[in-house]
Amino acid sequence: MYEEEFTKINSVCDRLTKDANAKLVFLVDKNGQLISASGQTTNLDTTSLASLTAGNVAAMGGLAKLIGENEFPNQFHEGARESLYMTIVGTRVVLVVIFDNRSSLGLVRLRTKKASDELGKIFDSLIRKADGPGIGSPFAEITDADIDNLFSE
Amino acid sequence: MSFINYSSREINCKIVYYGPGLCGKTTNLQYIYNKTNPETKGKLISLSTETDRTLFFDFLPLSLGEIRGFKTRFHLYTVPGQVFYDASRKLILKGVDGVVFVADSQVERMEANMESLENLRVNLGEQGYDFDRLPAVVQYNKRDLPNAVSVDELRGVLNPRRLPEYQAVAPNGVGVFDTLKAVAKLVLTELKKGG
Repeated sequence: MYEEEFTKINSVCDRLTKDANAKLVFLVDKNGQLISASGQTTNLDTTSLASLTAGNVAAMGGLAKLIGENEFPNQFHEGARESLYMTIVGTRVVLVVIFDNRSSLGLVRLRTKKASDELGKIFDSLIRKADGPGIGSPFAEITDADIDNLFSE
Repeated sequence: MSFINYSSREINCKIVYYGPGLCGKTTNLQYIYNKTNPETKGKLISLSTETDRTLFFDFLPLSLGEIRGFKTRFHLYTVPGQVFYDASRKLILKGVDGVVFVADSQVERMEANMESLENLRVNLGEQGYDFDRLPAVVQYNKRDLPNAVSVDELRGVLNPRRLPEYQAVAPNGVGVFDTLKAVAKLVLTELKKGG
């Protein structure tokens, strides 16, 4: 994940939060790592949200395969006050929108679709970049002593 | 696959605790949770049945500190141990960076240990991982029980690769952090190699 794309991704999420009247928008990779969060993130455990989202998507993917689908790209969970809409972007990332009765499922679906297309393009270029040459890992220079230091306390 | 975020300067790694049912995977995580600094850990999430058996997974995010300006965070997961939860077990292995195999030292659980280890190998294979090349450590848990098998015997059956191994009594924490440190170290060393 690089600075340039990260800024773009954040701005798409911010815009979606506004456009869809959502409380919270976040982006998670399928392994449960949080990529970006936007909206009312205070008082919310976004790390746990991320890992549970990934678990849920993985479980639903398993269910989909059992009935002969490849996956369920869109999921909607309705609560008494808050609802949650998630959609799979590309193949690796999940976009999650949490909204309450100030918004509606139709609006969220519409805006999410648009944002998801944009995000798809950003991730494509990101993948191309990561596959490209010339980007060294910052960890090649880590020494065993650095690793030991982590555990010294 | 570890997730490196260059812009927020974070490395996230996923470690999975694997092993037969009731061998103490969740207990390991609970001990770590209770003993770590509140600032460095997130919530421990446990998706379990009323009888406290893990249904889907337990999850504990933990940050360790910085390496070269990068915050290192470990996401610890456990799998449900019972044989019939195989489908959900497979899902949790997705994107794993390191594995802790927790073995139950009791003599009557030997078969369950072997079955679980074989299951780990198969499930990793399905996700495209080779268990022989993945950073992994073995923990012999429940060493305090009178019917515990000798470490030599356990090693012969469960650790032919001579992975780093630790003896543990998870409820009082013996060996728990040694195991975690060992696997974290292996994962980071692998990251350094693989780049």
